[in-house]
Amino acid sequence: MGMEQAHYLNVNENQCGMCMPLGAILALKGVEGSMVIIHGSQGCSTYMRRHIAEHFNEPIDVASSSLNEKGTIYGGEASLKKGLDNSIKLYKPKVVGILTTCLAETIGEDIDRIAADYLEERGFENLQVVTVSTPGYGYSHFEGYFLAVKRVVAELVKKTVKHKGINIIVPNISPADIREIKRILKMMKVSYILLPDFSDTLDRAFERPYRKVPAGGTKLADIAGMAGAQATIQMGVTVDEVFSPGHYLESAFGVPLYNVPVPIGVENTDLFINLLKRLTGNPVPESLERERGRLIDCMIDSHKYNAQGKCVVFGEPENIYAVAGICLENGITPVVTATGGKSGKLAGLLKARLNEAGCSNAQVLCETDFSRIREKSREMEANIAIGHSGGRYLTEWEGIPLVRYGFPIHDRVGGQRLLSVGYAGTTMLLDRITNTLLENKYKNYRRNIYQQFYYGTIKPAGKGRGEKNELRLQPGAKRV
Amino acid sequence: MKAVNLLELPVEERKESIYAKGKQKPNLKCDTDSIAGVVSQRACVYCGARVVLNPVTDAVHLVHGPIGCASYTWDIRGALSSGSDLYRFSFSTDLKEQDVIFGGEKKLALAIDELVLKYNPKLVFVYSTCIVGVIGDDLEMVCRVAARKHGIDVIPVQSSGFAGNKSAGYRAACDALLRLIEPKNKKEVKKSKSLNYLGDFNLAGEVWIIKSYLREMDIDMNVAFTGDSSCAALKTAAKASLNIVQCTGSMFYLAGKMEQIYGIPYMNISFLGLEDTAESLRKIAKFFGDPETMCKAEELIEREINANGDIVRGYREKLRGKKAAVYVGGGFKAISLIKQFREIGIDVVMVGTQTGRQEEYDTINDLVDEGTVILDDANPAELEQFIVKKGAHLLVGGVKERPLAYKLGVAFIDHNHDRKHPLSGFVGAVNFAEEVYSTVCSPVWRFTQVPADAPDWLDGNAGKREIIIA
Ligand code: SF4
Repeated sequence: MGMEQAHYLNVNENQCGMCMPLGAILALKGVEGSMVIIHGSQGCSTYMRRHIAEHFNEPIDVASSSLNEKGTIYGGEASLKKGLDNSIKLYKPKVVGILTTCLAETIGEDIDRIAADYLEERGFENLQVVTVSTPGYGYSHFEGYFLAVKRVVAELVKKTVKHKGINIIVPNISPADIREIKRILKMMKVSYILLPDFSDTLDRAFERPYRKVPAGGTKLADIAGMAGAQATIQMGVTVDEVFSPGHYLESAFGVPLYNVPVPIGVENTDLFINLLKRLTGNPVPESLERERGRLIDCMIDSHKYNAQGKCVVFGEPENIYAVAGICLENGITPVVTATGGKSGKLAGLLKARLNEAGCSNAQVLCETDFSRIREKSREMEANIAIGHSGGRYLTEWEGIPLVRYGFPIHDRVGGQRLLSVGYAGTTMLLDRITNTLLENKYKNYRRNIYQQFYYGTIKPAGKGRGEKNELRLQPGAKRV
Repeated sequence: MKAVNLLELPVEERKESIYAKGKQKPNLKCDTDSIAGVVSQRACVYCGARVVLNPVTDAVHLVHGPIGCASYTWDIRGALSSGSDLYRFSFSTDLKEQDVIFGGEKKLALAIDELVLKYNPKLVFVYSTCIVGVIGDDLEMVCRVAARKHGIDVIPVQSSGFAGNKSAGYRAACDALLRLIEPKNKKEVKKSKSLNYLGDFNLAGEVWIIKSYLREMDIDMNVAFTGDSSCAALKTAAKASLNIVQCTGSMFYLAGKMEQIYGIPYMNISFLGLEDTAESLRKIAKFFGDPETMCKAEELIEREINANGDIVRGYREKLRGKKAAVYVGGGFKAISLIKQFREIGIDVVMVGTQTGRQEEYDTINDLVDEGTVILDDANPAELEQFIVKKGAHLLVGGVKERPLAYKLGVAFIDHNHDRKHPLSGFVGAVNFAEEVYSTVCSPVWRFTQVPADAPDWLDGNAGKREIIIA
């Protein structure tokens, strides 16, 4: 097992990750009536808006305190307050998320104090504020996301009576995936509070008139009640405790935490559904059983093609842990697994699974970049890649086809519509993977076989080195 | 035309940056910092610098800062190269907490060493970002030492995000470019018929299109700033006898400086639209003055107008009466677009930019009809308000504006740096008309007009359709 931490010393070459505030924006977009303001220079929010908008194909309105030189030198308090005034006036939010940037953190802005002062000065009573400290030089967007969810919970949850509901905390999966999880919960007759729920806010229906703050998101009243839930199911096995909202709910309110992987693949989905069954006492409906059966049928149909897959998986720790799982379940070898940020608990968990599956020389890269991923993919002879758009260069430079999964997807439409969770979603993801392997095979097998078994045996004419076309096996010719 | 009621603007301070054209022309407030909290569409100084320098193909573009700034700009531009691909890589020093505390100079120096060893470049641009400006790393010094050590050009780009807006980034980029040009100080003998082409980034090969026109006129394009350029070519800029400037927003500063230092005159041209393209080619031919060039220019123009004029006119018939809203980066582009829309029969009812200058807004004011809304540094709320009120059928903008237009049920044209089709020259004019048609006249809008519960063909009047009940 190759394991390594940051390979690069001083240069990150072709990034495989983004910065903390970006993740926090995504999380806050899943809270009802929310607006986000980033305390820092104008550019950060604009770049992040662009980045997110291109994936979801949705308007992403995020305010900035637009710090200029003066604010940077003398402190940005006035800018932040003015920014709050304006964005509240324009968007009339129920919740405002205040995020920092590297700039605000470096000049030592105390957003908690500024926010408290602000609320008092303006006398806003119904406005909730959630501050999240997200220095761009801190962690990656993965940690930014979970930290923001944790801060939402810490600010908005109230001590309350016990109820039968179950808290469901989801990582950065697609809106379609969130909708699928809600469908499963409904089938299982679970009463739940899902946070953050950006299934509508980041994938809106066309409607008129246009609303600046989209409908949807986890209701504030529901969030307030999370402390009384019978349990929390957090899809966050790779998340460190300091960033874990589920852990917070457990230690502050005694809500038992069940940390499970994203329900992608048979095993992971089984785990999720069995957990629901155990917590609610409700049976698994027959229709869901049939979905499971169909997935297994699909796996049988594809298993021989999948056996030829040697895959490189990259992206956010939680997502790639689940995807590596589906690969192992289907006989695809995850020869390279890579994440840009610190991995949280990913490396340890993956290592155990890979060893168990006998993939002893698989590479797990943490705090890595695409120059390294490219190098390792070539070395390990990967023939398929699964991950976000950053992987398009693996196709361009190394000829490794890419199955698009995760965030961000900038070179195709419909990132927000990709369905990959549950039995039904896994079936669709697996088909995408198998078909990519097949497409690549069909595209290349004539040439490959010709080159391996025919071309190499023909001596160039006219050089006096034998003119006969003889067809024979090359020594060491490999199966294609 | 309906008057815009500016009193309805929610944010008081924005009032001086917006007006509807009337008899009296107020002075538009522009080129200032964005107002906090209004969700400006603008980016930062670094963004401005990066846009201009990124197309230099064989340079290492090293972003000294946290990972985000580099990650969000990795190869997002559609600039093409005929040679090196190095510019498509995204290099970052990926500053971490430790570096913020102890300073990032050492890491930067080592990063340059690492990259020089690996890629052997002749030129390294080092961009400063917000954080570098705050912790006060001495970029100038690190670059000087590295340049001497490796015997190559290592040029700092002073682009700390908070120190101004995108225009400041343009200037920072121009300053960096000026440092490359040789010979320093002395005026070199000019080659007779060569020019530099400023302010084209070879998006979808646009520099190549213009180069081929010039070649036909026997004029040599010495180097373009910066589309498909290389370190070696940029260095020779002083030997051209003319600078033509397409994107004035980013390049008027450089053109002025080159006139001052090297005595190279410059002229503004525009290759957007049939008319502007023809006119610009004539202007260039006239500069060089010899009859043969002018003759060749006329031949080229006639041929191209014959070939493309009808196509564009054909679209004009289909688009007549449609109204457009424009929100783009620079003033020059806005001006060109107003003219180009006129060519295809469309009225511009709203026009704004991120970095337009007073003179440009004056020109815009002269060009548009009464009632047209003119605004600087707009935000989504204003774009929404004016698109709806003025009844625009179409918005021109960048990636961030696209989803807003679509959510409003309005057509959209990408006029940004990551587009994949050329909009320059005669061929670009046709592409533009085609793109406008494809979006404005798409059948999809049928479904956004009518409420789902009352499709008009059920009323019995639409007549043509039958309901088939199996
Ligand atoms: S950190 Fe500064 S330089 Fe980087 S994107 Fe943000 S505003 Fe621009």
